[in-house]
Amino acid sequence: MPLFASPEDVRTRLAETGYLADDAIATTVFLADALGKPLLVEGPAGTGKTELAKAVAASADAGLVRLQCYEGLDEARALYEWNYRKQLLAIQASGEGQEWVETHDEIFSEEFLLPRPLLTAIRRDEPTVLLVDETDKADVEVEGLLLEVLSDFQVTIPELGTIAATRKPFVVLTSNATRELSEALKRRCLFLHVDYPDAEREKAIVLSRVPEVPGQLAEQLVRTVRTLRALELKKSPSIAESIDWARTLVALGLDTLDESTVAQTLGVVLKHASDHIRATKELGLN
Amino acid sequence: MVATGESTTGLIDRHVQFVAALRAAGLPVSLAESLDATQAMVTVDMRQREQLRAGYAAALVKRAAHRATFDRLFDLWWPAAMGDGTAYDDNDADADAELEEVDPEDLDALRNMLRDALRDALLAGDDEAIRRLARQAVSGLGRADTQPGRQSWFTYRVLRALSPETLLASLLDAVLAGEERGGLAERVARQMLTERIRQFEEAVEAEVRRRLAEDRGVEQISKTAVKPLVEQVDFLRASRDEIAELRRKVYPLARRLATRLTAKRRLGRAGRLDVRRTVRASLSSGGVPLTTIHKPHRPHKPELVVLCDVSGSVAAFAHFTVLLAFALREQFAKVRVFAFVDTCDEVTRFFEQGDDVVDALARLSKEAHVVWFDGHSDYGHSFEVFAQKWPDAITPKTSLLILGDARNNYRAQSLPALRSIVRHARHAFWLNPEPLQYWGSGDSAAKSYGEILPMIECRNAAQLQEFVEGLLPV
Repeated sequence: MPLFASPEDVRTRLAETGYLADDAIATTVFLADALGKPLLVEGPAGTGKTELAKAVAASADAGLVRLQCYEGLDEARALYEWNYRKQLLAIQASGEGQEWVETHDEIFSEEFLLPRPLLTAIRRDEPTVLLVDETDKADVEVEGLLLEVLSDFQVTIPELGTIAATRKPFVVLTSNATRELSEALKRRCLFLHVDYPDAEREKAIVLSRVPEVPGQLAEQLVRTVRTLRALELKKSPSIAESIDWARTLVALGLDTLDESTVAQTLGVVLKHASDHIRATKELGLN
Repeated sequence: MVATGESTTGLIDRHVQFVAALRAAGLPVSLAESLDATQAMVTVDMRQREQLRAGYAAALVKRAAHRATFDRLFDLWWPAAMGDGTAYDDNDADADAELEEVDPEDLDALRNMLRDALRDALLAGDDEAIRRLARQAVSGLGRADTQPGRQSWFTYRVLRALSPETLLASLLDAVLAGEERGGLAERVARQMLTERIRQFEEAVEAEVRRRLAEDRGVEQISKTAVKPLVEQVDFLRASRDEIAELRRKVYPLARRLATRLTAKRRLGRAGRLDVRRTVRASLSSGGVPLTTIHKPHRPHKPELVVLCDVSGSVAAFAHFTVLLAFALREQFAKVRVFAFVDTCDEVTRFFEQGDDVVDALARLSKEAHVVWFDGHSDYGHSFEVFAQKWPDAITPKTSLLILGDARNNYRAQSLPALRSIVRHARHAFWLNPEPLQYWGSGDSAAKSYGEILPMIECRNAAQLQEFVEGLLPV
């Protein structure tokens, strides 16, 4: 059963949770839900990819199951694992006289299974949003693992058989594009590239996240951030940094953004010493 | 799901042709993705063009770098309007009515009116109005007769007539409203206005493409409308914008390469058994060593020496490659860079950690002693100076990279000097940004240098990436 009725519905319900989506985001989320396909969200760090998954979960009253990817993530951490310590104990406790076949059946049962995020998401009966975060950090083998789960929404456990989803979860994969994900994985997903938003939307986001900031200041701030993005920087400031900057200005009680206030607070937005120097020079702050 | 029947066959044909055009432009669209797109098409509200665009993009475009190409082709195959463009809403209708009062033959009046309207739209940042003006401007000013009975559409005619850049000064005055010039406020306002002007120019270009496509057929225009992807841009023919774009790509590219290289390394055979940790781990499974733990390999890291030609003709290529080498610094034990035009100097100091990329390049060309005689490339002399002044730079651990087009202006080639440099290095490669077929033509010494060390064609970022991946041992 679809979670959303139309792109417009996606947009209003996401907005209720505080996530301001543009046309592309709303339409793609709607399609991913309507077609039952996983959604691959790619974009620079700090543009709200993870937030999107959380907002979808909140707006659809669905549980969020999160799989955080990292180097060395394996099947045992992503899918399921047998609790072999408990199995050893069970074997020792069963004592003499019990047939091996019986013991075998006993120790490979539900009781000894430790479900990990992917299996958990598939077995849930309630509406579920499965967030596979930073997919590009995981090794290539994990992608192979995801393929079965994402195309058929089922997991095969040799000892138990195939477990199919009773209710397809809404799957969101995020990636910072530190490496290209495999073609096979991309083909199965709908793709959404989330970039820095346009000025108006960014202003609205800042205002919704930091309501204390005056509209005039938010406007100035957003324009300044956009100017910074146009410079050749190692790390361009993202929405997360704009919001932090607005919070900083509010906390310091500053109500206008001129050379001296920018110079004082630039550290909030730019995280590399060389970027700092470059911005100071280009914007004429001294 | 896919609707069939008389009314939709035209739509499906259109879809199939569109997918074919995307493939022709180099986007890898599989059959499965094409089917997904048709499903998306019938699921979204097709009267909402931006929804259709988003749906198509989600199903067909799986790389951010392909998006610009997709958007161009989408605008051609699913145009927002036909002919002079029908008015979509009341605002448009009003504006069109206003325009009709002007005599279409009186170009000056038309131009002034559009220019005023454009100024207001740019000041307000009204996207709708900017797009509408682009449409009106193209239909009013962009047409010209190329031959009797044949007409065509030109971007430059529109942009020259309206010259939006000349509006910048008065727009800046209006935005700054008496604030002092030269400071942060001006810089920010200038950025904002330039962005909007760029937006207008792009809208005009798109509109001209649309009109051309109507006259000559979409297939024809699709072929010429597509720009090559940044990774495919030829180093020697890159425009300034493209070079800036390339430089911006250096860090993401380096990060991607570095992850891939470490991943490849980790996948290699594991090292010796770590007895202590294996026994420790076996305790939790009752002394049975279920998993063995191995010591990691100590990766071999090569030292890298880059010798690059920084004369004007190949500077863009050399800069990009050197930046990439520095961005990949942690993959190498040591990186040293020498630059030359007709003599050689070490320029490593400009690229030390934390230094700014653009500054480094500017200082390199200003402060380094790379010109000795007349500032034309002299490979022979440069190699001799290098061998003489830095005999210890090349060790048996060194990988040597020479970057340049080997165009020696008919000077002495100093093959023995190069031969001795190459002999001392562990590996040596020459990356040449010229197309293979030009090697050895004219003053190119590529053939004779190519006999001493392997010379590799490296015309774009994609080829460079491929080479760097192969360079590091796994």
